[in-house]
Amino acid sequence: MGMTMTQKILARHCGAQHLEAGELIRASLDLVMGSDVTTPIAIQEMERYGLNRVFDPNKIVLVMDHFAPNKDIQAARNCARVRAFAQQMGIPHFYDGGRMGIEHALLPEQGFVAPGELILGADSHTCTYGALGAFSTGIGSTDMAAGMFSGTGWFRVPAAIRVNLSGQFQPYVCGKDLILSLIGMIGVDGARYKSLEFTGSAIPSLSIDDRFTICNMGIEAGAKNAIFPVDAVTLEYLEGRVSRPFTPAEADADAPYLCTIDMDLSALRPTVAAPHLPSNTAPVEQFAGQRVDQVVIGCCTNGHIRDLRQAADLLRGRKVAPGVRCIIIPATQEIYLQAMAEGLLETFVQAGATVSMPTCGPCNGGHVGVLSDGERCVSTTNRNFVGRMGAKDSEIYLASPAVAAACAVRGVISAPEEVI
Amino acid sequence: MGRVFKYGDSVDTDVILPARYLSLYREEDLAAHCMEDLDGSFVAQVQPGDFLVAGENFGCGSSREHAPIAIKASGVRCVIAASFARIFYRNAINIGLPILESPEAAAEIQAGDELEVDLASGVIHNLTQKRSYSAGGFPPFLQEMIDAGGLLPYLAQSNPPQPPQNT
Ligand code: SF4
Repeated sequence: MGMTMTQKILARHCGAQHLEAGELIRASLDLVMGSDVTTPIAIQEMERYGLNRVFDPNKIVLVMDHFAPNKDIQAARNCARVRAFAQQMGIPHFYDGGRMGIEHALLPEQGFVAPGELILGADSHTCTYGALGAFSTGIGSTDMAAGMFSGTGWFRVPAAIRVNLSGQFQPYVCGKDLILSLIGMIGVDGARYKSLEFTGSAIPSLSIDDRFTICNMGIEAGAKNAIFPVDAVTLEYLEGRVSRPFTPAEADADAPYLCTIDMDLSALRPTVAAPHLPSNTAPVEQFAGQRVDQVVIGCCTNGHIRDLRQAADLLRGRKVAPGVRCIIIPATQEIYLQAMAEGLLETFVQAGATVSMPTCGPCNGGHVGVLSDGERCVSTTNRNFVGRMGAKDSEIYLASPAVAAACAVRGVISAPEEVI
Repeated sequence: MGRVFKYGDSVDTDVILPARYLSLYREEDLAAHCMEDLDGSFVAQVQPGDFLVAGENFGCGSSREHAPIAIKASGVRCVIAASFARIFYRNAINIGLPILESPEAAAEIQAGDELEVDLASGVIHNLTQKRSYSAGGFPPFLQEMIDAGGLLPYLAQSNPPQPPQNT
């Protein structure tokens, strides 16, 4: 019996010839990542147990992004604590201030992710890097502490679900609609403990930014990781970012899959997830006409350059509807500069939107657009749980950048075609 | 012996410990906000030794370890669920918060029931309903880690502390 992409990467990292789903292994790590939220606890736990060194300072990346730039005194203390730890341990890859970005956009962009690598991140959306053919998964602070200290992690080898993609997107349909539809189909625990492996004739037509969006939300179906095969699109993205050698993993022809889900891209409509679960999906028309108080375009899910271009296409020459606050957040400084060079930022400001510095911001209710009681937000983020963006009875509708921009212009939930 | 607090499916870490408290990390500070967005009376009512019982996919969403830490620091003895989201599952084991997976127990146990649990064997006794369930044990490697008190004490045992680097 062969192995899936994920199983092959895990096997390489624990020196096994063959692995089967369900086996418990200890594997070596290529990279460990933590944020301003999860790293302080990891440091505290290392100190508590006298673990006073790290396995390799160059293989640790610390990103201050959730409550940074520091939103309050406690956030400032947390960042200061992580900064001091990075200095003490000689960790060069500490991202803060003008170098910062949202971790899951920043790590691939800065060349920390290559195909076939094994990456642990103390943040659930670490599964994003599967877009580049890496095995990456989210863990908590204790696993991060153990990873920083030992360079290893324990894993239960996952079984896999294959998602077979065919066809082409219709206009104004993108990776966000695909992953929301998939989560709607299989539910928030449909892939629990499992890998989501994407394959099929549509892969070459999916941009790298669409792949990031799709893998990013794998966790919203409960997946351990999500992964794409490596192709020309991947290699083009890696050009100039990764210079070290890497070995992509291909699934064997007889790899074991629990099931195969077929998705025809041309059948997808702009899709929205209504409160309070990402699986609560329906075509956008179903919610058309509902009042919107705020629109957020950004986040590690949809703060990439292609997302900003799609939003700008709808906002260019138009105005954000009166009474709507539209907040746009490029995910990294590089994306911010690119958006500036392309004139997108001017388009946004002319339209009456607010442009923020890169940060997680309102995505998890931190800052830069927290919601009040009963407010409704259409957001390109990845979670619409109760209270996620602020007040407990506020509402989040998850959508693509095109749908979010359309809602901003019309002031009510709308399909992109209603604006054009 | 302890009393049961019962919740439904897909209890996410955002309601267990809302993001607005994520800049806190001291155990007692986190316990003070445990379950706040799902059950505002939990903190006032929970007693050391009580149990959390829930449906499928407990602990889904964000990887924040603040969630299992808050539950553990509230004095909860053990979380019993039909199933756990994977990051929560490993975080709980890593920090030494006992968890047991049993769809049957999760379905039948009611809020307010009195339970007794034998963690070594995974047996759950419902004293109120006079029923028992077996949640099964852990694989040996995980059991070793649990016995050591969690992942870091386990690592500290196998890697004695060394002089600090770079200082
Ligand atoms: S943007 Fe949102 S989902 Fe992404 S890392 Fe930040 S808080 Fe998490």
